[in-house]
Amino acid sequence: MSGYNFAYLDEQTKRMIRRAILKAVAIPGHQVPFGGREMPLPYGWGTGGIQVTAAILGPDDVLKVIDQGADDTTNAVSIRRFFARTAGVATTTRTTEATIIQTRHRIPETPLRADQILVYQVPLPEPLAKLESSRAETREMHALAEYGLMHVKLYEDIARFGHVAISYDYPVMVNGRYLMSPSPIPAFDTPKMHRMPALQLFGAGREKRIYAVPPYTAVRPLDFDDHPFRLVRAPHACALCGARDSYLDEVVTDDRGGRMFVCSDTDYCAGRRETAEQAGEAA
Amino acid sequence: MAYVAVKGGERAIDAAHDWLARDRRGDPSVPEIGTAQIAEQLGRAVDRVMAEGACYDPDLAALAVKQAQGDLIEAAFLLRAYRTTLPRFAASVPVETAAMLIRRRISAIYKDLPGGQVLGPTYDYTHRLLDFSLAAEGRDTAHAAASAAADAAQMPRVMDLLDREGLMGAEQPSDAAPGDLTREPLAFPAERDVRLQALARGDEGFLLALGYSTQRGYGNTHPFVGEIRVGSVAVEIVPPELGFAIEIGRIDLTECEMVNQFGGSKTEPPQFTRGYGLCFGHGERKAMGMALCDRAMRAAELGEDVTAPAQDIEFVLSHADNIEATGFVEHLKLPHYVDFQSELETIRRMRRTAGVPGVGTETGGEVG
Repeated sequence: MSGYNFAYLDEQTKRMIRRAILKAVAIPGHQVPFGGREMPLPYGWGTGGIQVTAAILGPDDVLKVIDQGADDTTNAVSIRRFFARTAGVATTTRTTEATIIQTRHRIPETPLRADQILVYQVPLPEPLAKLESSRAETREMHALAEYGLMHVKLYEDIARFGHVAISYDYPVMVNGRYLMSPSPIPAFDTPKMHRMPALQLFGAGREKRIYAVPPYTAVRPLDFDDHPFRLVRAPHACALCGARDSYLDEVVTDDRGGRMFVCSDTDYCAGRRETAEQAGEAA
Repeated sequence: MAYVAVKGGERAIDAAHDWLARDRRGDPSVPEIGTAQIAEQLGRAVDRVMAEGACYDPDLAALAVKQAQGDLIEAAFLLRAYRTTLPRFAASVPVETAAMLIRRRISAIYKDLPGGQVLGPTYDYTHRLLDFSLAAEGRDTAHAAASAAADAAQMPRVMDLLDREGLMGAEQPSDAAPGDLTREPLAFPAERDVRLQALARGDEGFLLALGYSTQRGYGNTHPFVGEIRVGSVAVEIVPPELGFAIEIGRIDLTECEMVNQFGGSKTEPPQFTRGYGLCFGHGERKAMGMALCDRAMRAAELGEDVTAPAQDIEFVLSHADNIEATGFVEHLKLPHYVDFQSELETIRRMRRTAGVPGVGTETGGEVG
């Protein structure tokens, strides 16, 4: 696009963001403040992820953008177009073909490789924010690794409901040191972060924070020995591809209680159907 | 079938943009509005967009107002997103508002004062009656150009008069480069330079409401309008190859200095303290709200109890920016069905545990 630098941001800004990313990778799970810029997309709509992607994107990269696991949700389309327009990079919907995957609220079902980078859009990077509103306070709590408040919150959930009642954005310990928000991914996705071969980068534009989980780093959901972390998903198979291991969206089909469950990861679902079709033709 | 509804984002976005363009233009039989008309005749809107967009350019602000259909926060967002791409070639030397070419200057704490009270172009004493003659086109006859601005030399700042008597709390002079929250993220505790910058870019409505709350007892600062001045000031830079300041243009500013009571402390005698407001263009409401908030946020520094929202620096600064606020509030329109699905499963499980019958009571729900 004429009049703008490759991938929109000027090179000085990209350098500043890359420095923040390097620091974040060096201190896994630690939130690094950065001079977040105004982007031509609104705050809360992925400006942090967009800035991180813009800073790491090269002309040979292949970009995939998903929102709620789907490539064709409106905001994913909008962000993919933004980079197609400002950077002219190749885009894909295939998880396996992408070198950079920007995501909102999901981790792809297909395991990621060491030559891929997963960029998360983060609305509220501070995992303690719901318990302590002052960022000056939470910064000190992180410095002292003082996470008792969160353990008390989990304990209170168990005392009231018999189990932890956090279903998404489940707090995790990174590398045994920092408490981190995995962004609002469903708790179902949390175990995928543990020792993931791909680099995981997190960008929060409005709150101006970047953090990271380097490849093969331990990421553990916070839990208790006698109340271990448990996965929750809808107890169904995907109505389109039959998957029983994927995260499912519940789609309301009529006004009489009719519902169907389909894979939230559209690429995973389409891939499975394609494979099944080919197997059917071969038979 | 219903599943189709969640597909096809690409075509939907294109169609929505087309519709928006038609909607913006309105009825084609009505003449299109020009940006020059907006800049000239909707000046207060343009001023607000420049202030909250943090970019002084009346022509671009007018374009943003046109493009945003008069949605001023959207217009400020357009201007900010443009501003962020501009290279910085210099930082100006501090503007001197004492040398302002005054269009309006009032003080509420003196009946008369050197330079006098200059009402200027104000709505203050208008009767808010709809003027139907403005609705009749062509009747809004051109008025003669306003009289020349008053002589700055005869308009000393009111605060300096109080200062000379030793009644004003001392401000800490500093030659340090002020912070810049467009380059360095906000960190707490935030110093006054950064606080004032955040307030100057902050939402007029938010500052108005917070300032109002201090008047109603939530962190009262006992304010008086020491002075409001509106006019143009010179902007100067010092190019390194010259080594002295040169004027590169003029900008319109509104400045408000509030005088607030202060009972004194163990170390300070009773005196007046200052709340400061400054914004681009003609924006008295904004400058006054800003001055009230600035003073309220000095509570801790002056040893006052911090009990009210307006006195809580982190609260005020974290929520004053309407570009951030509108983005995050409006992002709730984005799909959240993945998280909602998790919530559905969790609440169904909780209801099963509590023994509530109903839909979603299928067994299972857990894996791994």
